[in-house]
This record gives sequence, structure tokens and C-alpha cells, in this order.
Amino acid sequence: MTDQAIIRLAGITREYLMGGERIRALAGIDLEIGRNEYVAIMGPSGSGKSTMMNVLGCLDTPSSGQYWLNGHEVSRMADDDLARIRNREIGFVFQTFNLLPRASALSNVELPLVYAGTGARERRSRAEEALARVGLAERMHHRPNELSGGQRQRVAIARALVNRPSILLADEPTGNLDSATSVEIMRVFGELHAEGQTVVLVTHEPDIAEHAHRVVVLRDGRIDTDRRVEHPVGAASAVA
Amino acid sequence: MPLFEAVRLALSSIRAQKLKSFFSLVGVMIGVTFLIAVVSVVQGMNVYMTDKFAGSLIGVNTFQLRSRPNIVTGDVDGEQWREWNRRPRITTDDAEFIRERLTVPARMARAGFDQLTVRWEGREAAQIQVNTVDADYFAIKHWDIAEGRAFSQQEVQVSADVVVLGWELARRLFDGRDPLGQTVTLGGLPHRVIGVVAEQGNLFGISLDKFAVVPLTSPVRRLVNRPRVIDDFHIQTDNVAQMRLAMDEVTALMRARRGLRPSEENNFHLETAEGALEGWQKISAILFMALPGLVAISLVVGGIVIMNIMLMAVAERTREIGVRKALGAKRKDIMAQFIVESATLSATGALFGIASGLLLAFAVRAFTPLPAAVAPWSIGVGVGLGVLVGMVAGILPARQASRLDPIAAMRQE
Repeated sequence: MTDQAIIRLAGITREYLMGGERIRALAGIDLEIGRNEYVAIMGPSGSGKSTMMNVLGCLDTPSSGQYWLNGHEVSRMADDDLARIRNREIGFVFQTFNLLPRASALSNVELPLVYAGTGARERRSRAEEALARVGLAERMHHRPNELSGGQRQRVAIARALVNRPSILLADEPTGNLDSATSVEIMRVFGELHAEGQTVVLVTHEPDIAEHAHRVVVLRDGRIDTDRRVEHPVGAASAVA
Repeated sequence: MPLFEAVRLALSSIRAQKLKSFFSLVGVMIGVTFLIAVVSVVQGMNVYMTDKFAGSLIGVNTFQLRSRPNIVTGDVDGEQWREWNRRPRITTDDAEFIRERLTVPARMARAGFDQLTVRWEGREAAQIQVNTVDADYFAIKHWDIAEGRAFSQQEVQVSADVVVLGWELARRLFDGRDPLGQTVTLGGLPHRVIGVVAEQGNLFGISLDKFAVVPLTSPVRRLVNRPRVIDDFHIQTDNVAQMRLAMDEVTALMRARRGLRPSEENNFHLETAEGALEGWQKISAILFMALPGLVAISLVVGGIVIMNIMLMAVAERTREIGVRKALGAKRKDIMAQFIVESATLSATGALFGIASGLLLAFAVRAFTPLPAAVAPWSIGVGVGLGVLVGMVAGILPARQASRLDPIAAMRQE
């Protein structure tokens, strides 16, 4: 398992000072996530779920403990090094999509490649490929406000995939979508996982978490439970 | 962040908010407008002063022997005026003395002038410059004869009562009728019109064609100068080098003739185009010194406005910056994006400034007698300054943007 681990957290804590009061959002997390796992991280609000997501996404650095991501020790990295790790190792999917409103779907998907320094020609072909992968080949010149919520989230997924990251990190990816569209988006995650992608899902919705193969529940900044899902929703339907 | 992308982004935000962009760019625009327009006018004036002003008032490769300067610029104190007034006048004998001894080949003409009233059959033109001259004066002035003929040196010798009119004067007195053979009075003295000089145009809006030329010895000469006295002695050489030589000789001859000791200053004056241009050169030097100040003030103001616009843009696009950072933008990527955007904004202002500066320069040329010649270098400097101001103004906002925390930035609505 250790050799296969793409994420390894050891004794991770994260503390904030808020109005002179010390808040312990993460109180010592030990967690390993293997290659091609599909993990949901759950927990009620205040459980440290968001902080966990930020630390996993290299948007935040832990106060103590160690974090290895795909062999890099990222827990002590500086700003620009973290930016490089985010660019190469992590594909983000956000609840609010976070697309650039004035750019076309294609330009949005190209963005991570821009920061990776990829040449214009390759950028374009890879972005087109990623959009085709999520079924949006026809709409790549549309702007976000010309797309439906589900389509926007597909653009965001294409953007997350375009750099071939080691993990796909989704933060409440269906939070702003109706249930039919949610199912559609969750199917995309299921397919990506089936193709070998490591997926980490942060959510507070149990039925969304049931699409994952493993559910980690946080409570008060600690791991409360960590269980395998016997019959994941997406996988079951794929089999059927 | 590719440069092209950032430039395109900046241009699209300018297009999206035209009015706001106009106001934010107006400072830079005014600065560059100043630069282009002032440089154009000053350069145009330079060409004008050198070619036309000096050429028409003094003549090419020509100098004048006078008792004192004709074109005076700058302050002259009372002591200087008294000294000038004490000087002996130049006489026809001085001219003859020089004509006989000057070794440099030259064309020479004695001249006197005064303002007189010219009349013809009830029409009159007051304050007309009447020149009493030798026949070579026409050649020295490069005057073409439009109608009739100039007078000859023989007519000067016999004190012929003939006159050649300037184009504008002829038009005013005769109004389309043929002036040749008509008799006009100059200060009351009758002279027969034998020619009209071709149109010269104007100098700063003052017509160069309101004059009359008569032989040095014509009857009107007694209204112009005391006997044997002339106002200036024109000497024209083939080139500048010969002119310098001739000036040295004339100086030596005049000093010898007037018996000046080595310690004494010249009590006569040699007027050249260069001397006449000295005043203009002072003015243009002052303009060129004041120009950077004017331009700098508007550019600083323009830069501050652009800096504020960019700070607003950073605040408005905090979320975008957060997303970009989450996707892997480093600090320098964000810095570069906003500096390029700021420079593009400012350069756009500079381009508008160049357009309005050119427009202003052409308007000055079209609607005033002032000439204007656009200097290509000023356009380059305008664009360069625009980009520079934008880059400098963008540093602070870009730095602010690059230091945003991506988590907090993405949380922003």
C-alpha cells in the first residue's frame, strides 16, 4: 500500500488564530490514499473538511505534520513551489465551477497548460481532447454564461484533467447542480476512475459519497471513520 | 501567461467599459498629445524660421552692413541703445569703399527703407514699406517679377522715378486692373509703375507682399534718408564659407575706414540670418526645456489614475486571481498579467494621444499661420512613455494581486 500511496498524510495539524483564539481545524490526521482510489471525504460543517481539502489541494500548508503527494514532500514548500505542484499534480473541481467568465470554454481548459508553459499548438489540441472527453466538443467556443450548470462543471472537469494530474480533487462538485445533472456529473467521475484516475471527493451529501469506493468521515479535525463502500453507486450501475 | 493573451485581455476590458476607460486614459493621452503637438510645432517653426524667415528677411548667404542690429531679440539695456544711437550711419561712400576693395566675389546692393503712404486715383495704402535700392537688390532677394520688369542699374544712376510694387500692394491699389504704366504717388511723389513682384506669401500671417521698390536715387529717397545715408548694405556671396570671408573683410575694411583702435568695439553691425535666428533658438530652447515638465506632469497624473484603475481591477477580479493561482499561476505570472494589462491600457492612451497630437498639429497648420512638422521620433517616444508609465503604474496593483491567498480569493463573491 505504501508504495502505491499517491497521498500520504502523517500527523497533519492545522491551526488558525481567530480573534486571539486558537482554532484547531485539523488535529492530527494520518491518511494514505492509493493510486486509482476513489475516496470521499465527509463530515459535518466545522469538522475540518474544508481545511482538509485545502491542505490536500496544496492551497494551504499544515501547521505541523508531513504531506507527501506523488513522492514530493509538499508540507514545507513555499508559495511558488506549491503553485507548480498544484499545476502538475492536482486537478481541481469546485462547487462554484470557478471558470473565468470572459474566456471561452477552450481558453478556460487551456489555462493550466498556459501556466505549465506548454506551447500554443499542443495546448489547443490537449484542451480540445479534454473537452471532447467530457462530451463538450461542440461547445468549446462558448463562454461560461452560455452554458448550463452541468456543462460548466464538465468544462471545469476538462480543465482539471488537461494536465494529467495525479489526483482529481473535487470540492462539493454537485453542490450547485440539480439532482439529474448531479447524477450525470457523478457518472463522469465514475468513468474517470474506471480509466485509472485517482479521485478525491469532498462532500457533505451521503448519497454523493456513496459513489466513492472508500469514505473517510472527519469529526472535530480527526478521522472518525474510514470505511470501504461495498457497492458504490456508479460502479454498480456500470456493472449492471 | 503569454504576452498576446494578456494584451488581448486588456483590450477586451477597455472595449467592455469604453467610458471608464476613456477617463482612465485621458491623463496619459493629454501627456502624449502635448508631446506630439509641441514637438511638431517647434520643429515646424524651426524649419520655417531657418528657411522662410531668415531667407525672406535677410536672404541666403547674405549679410547686411548696418549701423546697428535690425532684428533685436531679448533685453537691450539703455546703455546699449545710447551706444547704438551714437553710431555713425552707413553711407553710400562706405558702400563704394567696400565695393572697390572686397576681394570675395559678391553681389551688392545699397538699400534704405521707410513706411510711406502709396496712392493711386483716390485709393490709398498707408504704412507701406518703400525700399530705395540698387538694381541687384532684386537678385539678392530672389524676387521673381510677375508682371512688367525690374529696374536697371542705369535707371538707378539717372534717378528714374519708377516703382516696382509688391503683389499684395498692387492688388489692393489696382484691384485687377493693369498697374503697368500707371502713376502712383509715394509719400506724395509720383512714380510710374513698371513691374509687380511675384507673390511671396506671409510670415506668421503678415503679408510679405505689401511693399514698393524704387531706385536708390529716385525722388522719394529724400523722404527716406538724409543725403548719402543708407540703412543697409546687402552683400550676397556664393556660399557660407565665402560669406564668412566677406564678413571678415568688411569688418576689417570698416574698422580701417573709421580708424578704430584695436581696443575699440565695432561701431557698425553685420546682420546675418544666424543672428536673426538667435532669438528663435532661445525660444525653442525654452519650449524644449518646458516640454518634459508638461509631459511629465500629465504622465504622472495619468499613471496614478491607471494605478487606481488597476487596483480596482484587482479588487474586482480577486476571484479570478484565486482561480488562476489554484490552477498553478506563480506570483510572477500574476504580476506579469497585471503589468501587461496596465501597460496595454496606458499604451492605448498613448496611441489616442498620438492621434490627437497629430490632429492638433495639423489643425495648427491648417488654421493658423504657424507651420507644424510632425517629428517621427516624438511618436516613438510617445508610445515608449505610454508603455513605461503603464508598467510603473501597474507594479503596485500587480504586486497586490500576486500576493493574494488563493483560498481567501476564491471565497470572494
